[in-house]
Amino acid sequence: MNNFLKGLWKEHPVLRQLLGMCPTLAVTTTAINGLSMGLAVIFVLFFSSLIVSLIRKIVPSSVRIAVYTVIIATFVTIVDIFFKAQFPQISKALGPYVPLIIVNCIILGRCEAFASRYNVRESLLDALGMGIGFTWGLFVLGAVRELLGFSTILGIKILPSSFNPLVVMILPSGAFLVLGFMVAIMNKIEEKSKK
Amino acid sequence: MRENIKIIGILTIVCLGCALFLALTENMAKEKIAYNENKAIKDAIFNIVKECKDIEAINIKGKTVYKIFDKNNNLIGYGFLCEGEGYQGKIKIMTAVNNNFEKLLGIEIISSSETPGLGAKINEDFFKCQFKGLNIKDPIEYTKGKVRKDNEIKAITGATISSRSVVNILNKTIKELKSNIKVK
Repeated sequence: MNNFLKGLWKEHPVLRQLLGMCPTLAVTTTAINGLSMGLAVIFVLFFSSLIVSLIRKIVPSSVRIAVYTVIIATFVTIVDIFFKAQFPQISKALGPYVPLIIVNCIILGRCEAFASRYNVRESLLDALGMGIGFTWGLFVLGAVRELLGFSTILGIKILPSSFNPLVVMILPSGAFLVLGFMVAIMNKIEEKSKK
Repeated sequence: MRENIKIIGILTIVCLGCALFLALTENMAKEKIAYNENKAIKDAIFNIVKECKDIEAINIKGKTVYKIFDKNNNLIGYGFLCEGEGYQGKIKIMTAVNNNFEKLLGIEIISSSETPGLGAKINEDFFKCQFKGLNIKDPIEYTKGKVRKDNEIKAITGATISSRSVVNILNKTIKELKSNIKVK
């Protein structure tokens, strides 16, 4: 169980390990984009961890990275095709960042550091924990940016029209700002709980 | 030697398995994706030209152009796909012009891979609507300040390159087609 929970908070992939910064900063202009990216990553992480864990004993260590990459690339391409077929709108919004999940270091990182060493059950728990952690991180980041930049969340108007949207939140600098605050809050809470 | 054979064997099996899996997925989704793309093109024309009742595809020098008819079966314009390089990849734009190639009826972005939140704003109405009724006797221009001419649009803040790409792509294709259609 601990393997599941650690990804949600203690070893949060985005806010603690600071992994997968490229999609984190790039796609979180709206909450829905962050959420879809997160769900795509959960799918890829779950199945890659499953396969990697299953074949961990027969893959020679000298070619393991190549094997993991091929497996990850396969699942990412499936997600990409699925989005194009079922959700053309989301596919349009995420653009090149779906195929780029292949090089998302969280996935290769979890395969290498965890799935290749533990049994299927533990690997899947780890993958789900990390995936959900990644998703809530991106969702919150996207929601804050959308709220301040467009005064909406998930397309629903929240702030009154007297509020002047801060364009900077939609620009890349806004992603860095919000992420910085989120990491800071996370550290503060951690510090308090230690005392 | 034994180790090498094992490595080659494992890699081959993994790659074959993945390829098989991908081929199956692709096969299942192929029709749906083609349908989506085709539907996007048709919807785009109907979206741009509200009076549009029917379209007919014709071929001009290897390029598909859609004749746009209103409800009395009068030719009100032409629709065609413009394609070119954007900031991060290809941009495909469905474009409609009136029947004497003097005015833009409007544009619709079919696909693009511009930066989400910045260049991707070329997909939004405030940008696309600027092209409605634009004069295309001369090439379209863009500005970062106030729009002063009837062949000018305002570029998106923070995404000048994407805005410029859209303008350039439109100018290029319109110029090509203009000469070819007038000849006809």
